[in-house]
Amino acid sequence: MKTSETLAFECETGNYHTFCPISCVAWLYQKIEDSFFLVVGTKTCGYFLQNALGVTIFAEPRYAMAELEEGDISAKLNDQRELERICLQIKNDRNPCVIFWIGTCTTEIIKMDLEGIAPILEKRLGIPIVVARANGLDYAFTQGEDTVLAAMAHRCPEYKHYAEQESIEHATLVKNSSNSKDISQKKVLTKSNLVLFGSLPSSVASQLNLELKRQSVPVSGWLPSQRYNELPHLGKGVYVCGVNPFLSRTATTLMRRRKCQLVGAPFPIGPDGTRAWIEKICSIFNIKAEGLEERENQIWKKNKDYIQILGGKSVFFMGDNLLEVSIARFLIRCGMTVYEIGIPYMDKRYQSAELSFLQHTCEKMKKPSPRIVEKPDNYSQVQRMHELKPHLAITGMAHANPLEARNIDTKWSVEFTFAQIHGSSNARDVLELVTRPLRRKDGFTSNSRSLSKQTLGN
Amino acid sequence: MKLAYWMYAGPAHIGTLRVASSFRNVHAIMHAPLGDDHFNVMRSMSERERDFTPVTASVVDRHVLARGSRDKVVNNISRKDEEQRPDSIVLTPTCTSSILQEDLQNFVDRASLYSESDVILADVNHYRVNELQASDKTLDQIVRYFLNKAREEGSSNRSLTDMPSANIIGISTSGFHNQHDCRELKRLLGELGISINQIIPEGEFLRNLKDLPRAWFNVVPYREMGLMAATFLEKEYGMPFISKPPIGLLNTANFVARIEKLVNLWASVSLGKEVNYDLYVENQTKFVSQAAWFSKSIDCQNLAGKEAAVSGDATHAASITKILVKEMGIRVSCAGTYCKHDAERFNEQVQGLCDEVIITEDHTEIGNMIARIEPSAIFGTQMERHIGKRIDIPCGVISSPVHIQNFPPGYRPFLGYEGSNQISDLVYNSFNLGMEDHLPDVFGGHDTKGVNTKPLSVDRININWSPKAESELRKIPGFVRGKIRRNTEFFAKQNNISEITVDVMYAAKEKSSF
Repeated sequence: MKTSETLAFECETGNYHTFCPISCVAWLYQKIEDSFFLVVGTKTCGYFLQNALGVTIFAEPRYAMAELEEGDISAKLNDQRELERICLQIKNDRNPCVIFWIGTCTTEIIKMDLEGIAPILEKRLGIPIVVARANGLDYAFTQGEDTVLAAMAHRCPEYKHYAEQESIEHATLVKNSSNSKDISQKKVLTKSNLVLFGSLPSSVASQLNLELKRQSVPVSGWLPSQRYNELPHLGKGVYVCGVNPFLSRTATTLMRRRKCQLVGAPFPIGPDGTRAWIEKICSIFNIKAEGLEERENQIWKKNKDYIQILGGKSVFFMGDNLLEVSIARFLIRCGMTVYEIGIPYMDKRYQSAELSFLQHTCEKMKKPSPRIVEKPDNYSQVQRMHELKPHLAITGMAHANPLEARNIDTKWSVEFTFAQIHGSSNARDVLELVTRPLRRKDGFTSNSRSLSKQTLGN
Repeated sequence: MKLAYWMYAGPAHIGTLRVASSFRNVHAIMHAPLGDDHFNVMRSMSERERDFTPVTASVVDRHVLARGSRDKVVNNISRKDEEQRPDSIVLTPTCTSSILQEDLQNFVDRASLYSESDVILADVNHYRVNELQASDKTLDQIVRYFLNKAREEGSSNRSLTDMPSANIIGISTSGFHNQHDCRELKRLLGELGISINQIIPEGEFLRNLKDLPRAWFNVVPYREMGLMAATFLEKEYGMPFISKPPIGLLNTANFVARIEKLVNLWASVSLGKEVNYDLYVENQTKFVSQAAWFSKSIDCQNLAGKEAAVSGDATHAASITKILVKEMGIRVSCAGTYCKHDAERFNEQVQGLCDEVIITEDHTEIGNMIARIEPSAIFGTQMERHIGKRIDIPCGVISSPVHIQNFPPGYRPFLGYEGSNQISDLVYNSFNLGMEDHLPDVFGGHDTKGVNTKPLSVDRININWSPKAESELRKIPGFVRGKIRRNTEFFAKQNNISEITVDVMYAAKEKSSF
């Protein structure tokens, strides 16, 4: 097979299954500890959240629905008054530092002016209100986080260019010059001002911080931060770098509206991705990265047992969370053959470094380039899978059980969104997930090849 | 707008999809934005369904918003028609798409010109009805559609079957223990010599619906789905129906008695003799079901007078209340349902069986009610199970909303004689576990929790407890401690006592019925 062909991009009908982007409240309310997420939508949105998020709903979560009723749809009721009443209740019950309004399909269709109402109520209630339109008309699953972070980017304090900053700092330096160590550290911070964006569990974030610190690149802040009032300073002279492939809107906002400089790198998923990510960041700051190769080799060696299971196996990504390209690239490097990378939306500019890294990896591993199918059609994909018979399908939960019944091993894609998959040390977690279906002992259903109840067709 | 954290019944389209995907070879196409097809996940995961859920979305995106669906819906319908050759395609609007006010009926009409399958538009108002009402409505709509169609074609068959037979109406996917109930109901009817004509919607072909009127009568095991269709069949085809569910021994006996009456309407003509099921009922009650003996046994004596709170859908909450009170001698302090649309009937059913009735869709109201009453056990939905966890009260799950635990691979019906055994287990285990849990307290064992004060949102009365009274209170077993604390405080307040001493405690105890 030819190995040097360029990546093939296709676009299908968009009849695919994925989570609604409002699901981002599930991880964002946990990440931003002093927040409250209010989803302005219908019973359908609420039912989705309560079913998709399962038991978290019983744990008094910091999110809720502002459920629209007939009067709201027909504009019998006043949106602003209704939202004020509800936000007041939230303020009294929970006293959050920020309320996020998540706009939904319905607020889009009835053209509810959330962006217009928010500043008015913000003044009246004394709580910042951030509006994000994470609706199913425009976005898929993880892109919900993208809309929230893009909205948050506007709320980050302004960064003062370091010439000014230094003079201010110099003043404070003279004032209290007792702690000289503290000052020198601050200097490094201002010179290579790097803000990372993407919501990660705090332990993963500190792992990535540490990886960069080893190369003497301190991270000056994260979007989002653990608390709302700790948002990073943004502005001209700040470098920003994404940790997730679905944050293209946030990246655009940071560049265009906040004048930050984007570092385009592959994403820190897998030891190969993490190394490429660090190298790229180092190169921006003219730092020669050290010890990365040994570190990468060490990780590969440590995970030899899992990689052995994957070698020579094939995988098919149905596509629903935009992490597909990065994970596929990592799995190809582990020796797998990727037939197809389905993906809801492909931003070739934001993902360009990741895409060329993918192609490079294919050449290096002598594997055929996978086809990248944007807005896939699940029905056609299942047909293709019947022909290709992949060893593993990475798919949403709507298809997992039916595919298992037809003897195709599956891994639910949603788990990749919630597991810790970033950085070298978490590479094992990704492999743990991918190999789990392959590690299950085969043979206990020896006599029945397929356990599907349907006899005809598929 | 309503601030909502949780809901008991889902949105309307879920009800429609439950009916459509339960029929065999029916495909539902949702007119919905991306991500609204979560029904597929629920069906595939909670029911561990092996086959692809026959539901796809005709995705409403920005383009549709800008210029309308145009040919998109029609094309999606014809495409499904070619790919999977369903007997029928049900176009299902969602709450989002219904605001668009596109003429979906027009799409349906156009699509039916090209497709071989029958195309139907599910006709429900998404802002007025919930999942349960929509499922009832959709089932009614489909039954009407195919019976009227058969009548027009002259292919309807109205002749009664030779032997007594029944339709079971309302067994569907995502229903609470529906599969097991269906099997039990089939067995029960079979033992009475009644054959099953059809079971709808679960597993039935639409082309067979024309034979529905051949049954002697209809059985509607759950009030939530099937009543409308059964009422239609009664009105148009004179088919009687039974809508009192055979849950519990008394209800099952009633159920069999109703069947006896209905069978005997025709029995002398068809069978040449009348049927009598008295012996069957007696035999089942005495020997097959253990529930009657269980209520008589010493175990159940221990339950007498214990307090319980019940909450769930109308069918299950009413039936379980009746079982607890009439068959087990348990006191039901409060019975409630979230089926607001069936409130009148529910009130009637539990009249005289419980101290108070609560009808609400707000789970915090139920939570507060339970916290106030502090029953020894709760019988409710998954939500009540979690409320129970928070305040240390055991809970048996008796009703939807469903959860993966409500699809056990083992045989767990709630209906019929085996159902009564299962319910006995459930009730007994709930109370029993509660007792076991508190035994260490009774013997003054490892009590590290301090005083039990975990009201959900009951108003606290600010009254001082003397240290002696406080330590006395700690000696009282945990499961009644909260109640005694409250009673004492109430007593103190009534008598204008500002500090509670041991004396006050016992005075309060004498005054109340404890």
